[in-house]
Amino acid sequence: MSRHTLSVLVENKPGVLARVSALFSRRGFNIDSLAVGPTEHPDVSRMTIAVNVEDLPLEQVTKQLNKLINVLKVVELDPATSVQRELLLVKVKADQSVRSQVLEVVQLFRAKVVDVAADAVTIEATGNPDKLEAFIRVLEPFGIRELVQSGMVAVGRGARSITDRTLRSVERTA
Amino acid sequence: MSERMTGAQAMVRALEELDAQVVFGIPGGAILPAYDPLFDSTKVRHILVRHEQGAGHAATGYAQATGRVGVCMATSGPGATNLVTPIADAYMDSVPLVAITGQVPSGAIGTDAFQEADICGITMPITKHNFLVQDPADIPRTLAEAFHIAATGRPGPVLVDIAKDALQAETTFEWPVEMQLPGYRPAAKPHGKQVREAARMISEAKRPVLYVGGGVLKANATEELRVLAELTNVPVVTTLMARGAFPDSHDQHLGMPGMHGTVSAVTALQRADLLITLGARFDDRVTGKLSSFAPDAKVIHADIDPAEISKNRVADVPIVGDVREVIADLIVAMQAEHEAGRKGDYAAWWKQCNGWKRTYPLGYDMHTDGTLAPQYVIERLGKLCGPDTIVVAGVGQHQMWASQFVSYEKPGTWINSGGLGTMGFAVPAAMGAKVGRPDTLVWAVDGDGCFQMTNQELTTCAIEGIPIKIAIINNGSLGMVRQWQTLFYEGRYSNTDLKAGRTQYLPDFVMLAEAMGCVGLRCENADDVDATIEKAMSINDAPVVIDFVVGKDAMVWPMVAAGTSNDDIKIARETAPDFDYEMGEVVDGEGSTA
Repeated sequence: MSRHTLSVLVENKPGVLARVSALFSRRGFNIDSLAVGPTEHPDVSRMTIAVNVEDLPLEQVTKQLNKLINVLKVVELDPATSVQRELLLVKVKADQSVRSQVLEVVQLFRAKVVDVAADAVTIEATGNPDKLEAFIRVLEPFGIRELVQSGMVAVGRGARSITDRTLRSVERTA
Repeated sequence: MSERMTGAQAMVRALEELDAQVVFGIPGGAILPAYDPLFDSTKVRHILVRHEQGAGHAATGYAQATGRVGVCMATSGPGATNLVTPIADAYMDSVPLVAITGQVPSGAIGTDAFQEADICGITMPITKHNFLVQDPADIPRTLAEAFHIAATGRPGPVLVDIAKDALQAETTFEWPVEMQLPGYRPAAKPHGKQVREAARMISEAKRPVLYVGGGVLKANATEELRVLAELTNVPVVTTLMARGAFPDSHDQHLGMPGMHGTVSAVTALQRADLLITLGARFDDRVTGKLSSFAPDAKVIHADIDPAEISKNRVADVPIVGDVREVIADLIVAMQAEHEAGRKGDYAAWWKQCNGWKRTYPLGYDMHTDGTLAPQYVIERLGKLCGPDTIVVAGVGQHQMWASQFVSYEKPGTWINSGGLGTMGFAVPAAMGAKVGRPDTLVWAVDGDGCFQMTNQELTTCAIEGIPIKIAIINNGSLGMVRQWQTLFYEGRYSNTDLKAGRTQYLPDFVMLAEAMGCVGLRCENADDVDATIEKAMSINDAPVVIDFVVGKDAMVWPMVAAGTSNDDIKIARETAPDFDYEMGEVVDGEGSTA
């Protein structure tokens, strides 16, 4: 199994997320993470889907996604030529005795503290999945009280845009 | 054109503009506003069925017989959920179907209102696409999009769910409409380089087979197929969904492949070195155990749906495109191959194929216990009604026999439920086929188990003047399941005896037919088969039902048991073809047919 990142441009219509996720479950593919949000074009949303599959099933997923009427474009993003980021919010036990050590870890990972209580701090961190995993490992000994993580978002490096041509075709029909 | 009217009126006007001549349906609360203007339409004929499942299968039968989009209509909640089976059926067999359902008013959606069901959510995995319409202004455009999606590319069912308040509200009807489907780009042109590569492989092959699926019928490519087959002199097999795509009487036809296919078709695929796959999808009922299917074959796979290519079997040469265009391009490419002096030599291969064909023809035995052999009934029916008749089957033993013992010579003469295997398909689908082609003789070959699922539509046929003919192959049991119990469950007939040992007619299908306004006939022995069929053929002012009471021990052969290799095909119980014998002694060297 290998991890793949798909960027999926979809029409911004009700039910599209359900169609995509239903397709994955119906065809027996597991989603590692999924993030969806608006793009520079109000009629188009962008999903970033991380899947763990072999190459042949990946081709099948991509083809099935392309068959969905509301899907405009599917692109696989190679980790080497794209920027991939997740957002992490984590609440760590940090009373007087360990607070400075926690803050040191925050600094090392270029994270930041977004909330402070008497015996805990809430930290915001972004990064690729590997970095965030390492960050969590280092924080664990202090005691993690709560942890929430976003799905990964990703964009290709360089000047090219995967949305340009697709958006033009949407504008024509809209 | 632009006119003020209600959403319901706009819906009916849009159906008229889309040339939907027939709608099968049943009204109910949420769809009620639509039925008022429908009452006045002179262009759209509404056929009031008895059960929504009947409406769905009738629309499918209509679509299969005419190539047009079939339309069915139902109310919200239970009306809509009763359409689920025919929608799933149409999805599996790629039938262009538009299902229109009423939905509770927008304000009530999500409140568990009376007769509310999330039919868009329910049908998401079994439709090509579906729509929920809450604004009356969207109704005409959405219907146009639904028809377009259903009929183009790989056809399939599309559901349009319309909230009751959208049907009631006023809107401005405009036509034509501009479709908004930026993500829908159906057929691509077949790739020239791939087509030429395919042609080269066909020339170089020693043991090629044309593996023809239902896509060839959907694409109206049967004439092109015939030209290609005769030009290349490659043996042809037609799947269950493709019966009629290539004449059964043609010398190059080896028959149907698959679980109950002919020995020659199954074995030719197994021994082939090249499969030229046209609009077929390597279904498990064709391939048997996939890993042992056609082990030495390279695969050319042409399909309009890119997702079918390399889904089950990896294709060496994938060709995405309308199969009619693919075949037309292949013909040109093959002519170029021949002109360049490259023509495949299949003489040895034909010798083998003809040997299998001659040694292992389809056959059956008459019963020695005095009961009627079901295969004989179906064979006689095929002979007496001729090559223009549409035969519609249910699902089970009778379906397999109807695919085996009727000779299909023309496209569109065989309609059945292939992918989903929907018992109860035959009666309503035959009704729909007859509505679509009223001048054609339409016979349903049905089992007594199937018939008891959907026979209520015979009342519809009687009332609406749809004189179909039904041959019930009545063995008093769920025959195909019983066959599996005989073969794989030591003859323990758990819940397959539909009469629980009783000997009277139960139900009495003759009386049941007459109760529904049909003519009922019965036939119990071989001598009466022809006369009974002829009697049925002479009645054209009412539907006719013949109760053929047949023996229950007949089995469908050949058979490849589920999950086993096609190499393990059996021609009778525990009897495998003797390929060594046949290869050495029977073949007399009759070669190519062209």
